[in-house]
Amino acid sequence: MGWELGNSNLELPRMEDRTKILYTLQIADNALIIGHRISEWCGHGPILEQDIAATNIALDHLGQARSLYQYAAEQFNALQADEKMKLFSSTALQAKVAANENIDEDDLAYLRDGWDFHNVLLVEQNNKDWAYTIVRSFFYDTFNFFFYSALLNSADTTFAAIAEKSLKEVTYHLRWSSEWMIRLGDGTEESHQRMQDAVDYLWSYTGEMTTANETDKTAFASGIGADLAAIKTAWKEKVSAVINESSLAMPKDAWMQHGGKDGSHTEHLGYILAEMQFMQRAYPNMEW
Amino acid sequence: MAQQTINKNEWPLWEVFIRSKAGLDHKHAGSIHAADAEMAIENARDVYTRRMEGVSIWVVESKYIHASEPGQSEELFEPANDKIYRHPTFYDLPDELKHM
Repeated sequence: MGWELGNSNLELPRMEDRTKILYTLQIADNALIIGHRISEWCGHGPILEQDIAATNIALDHLGQARSLYQYAAEQFNALQADEKMKLFSSTALQAKVAANENIDEDDLAYLRDGWDFHNVLLVEQNNKDWAYTIVRSFFYDTFNFFFYSALLNSADTTFAAIAEKSLKEVTYHLRWSSEWMIRLGDGTEESHQRMQDAVDYLWSYTGEMTTANETDKTAFASGIGADLAAIKTAWKEKVSAVINESSLAMPKDAWMQHGGKDGSHTEHLGYILAEMQFMQRAYPNMEW
Repeated sequence: MAQQTINKNEWPLWEVFIRSKAGLDHKHAGSIHAADAEMAIENARDVYTRRMEGVSIWVVESKYIHASEPGQSEELFEPANDKIYRHPTFYDLPDELKHM
């Protein structure tokens, strides 16, 4: 945009505000959707102790999502009215904006439609079985660990503070999912096969996490976001070490799925949102 | 034989001991199932320290705990009943000593 010298200076900060909200939502939506997926195990875990472990982890993710949604809502409420209208196309949220109401973290979770969600495709994939659940978590936890480690150095102090708190939780998540990778990958013939199937199936959803979209690029360039190129290298190193230790085969580099960060999702997200948002949509503002 | 069949399908049982804060003893908190020691510590963490109950965890496989026989409690514990002189209450303590 360097040649657009005639533009008013006021344009630039507003552009950055918008990017920062989208960036906040990318992180928040990942946390909410994986948290919801893992919470589906509540009451169905393979053993009581792991049922509790999975539920604890789901709650960690929801807690991170909540902090980030609060921050996103705060940024959103500070926007000009016309900017607010442009940011989301979900009608329920636009109605709030039109009524000149402030939004909060619940509105962001419950009133956005699928195309306004910015999570990566990986986190919305089905639980299917314990192997798929573990592999999905392991791929995501590895990314999350390096991502929050990088975000500690964000020029944005709120991001840095959220990263510091989250990193302790994420370190444990990674430990938990890595151990399950090794335990099952290097377990029985059946557990090995199920893990390999899950690794192979989910592989094409891993590239998106470390491939920068426009939001990521702008966030990194402005000093608030993480360097995804560096995370890509670290992610692959860690993942191949654990896959190797699990006696599993590392998939070959292949074509990767994309689109989640920019609102193009797999069919799974709609079902998640239908279940998650139903009460607030059917009975607006209900509390229980 | 029946015992062996059960053990084959279930993870071993572990006893969990939690230290609630630095300086205090580890206290028995309960038991959990786990496939190995690492998992036992993590399961104990998830089951027993979710509400900030602990700062340290010990786990030991239940089969390594050897317990006294309830049937032997007469000979083991009752003889102590009439030996109250073993309590340190028969000494005159100086007033300056506050915490005995």
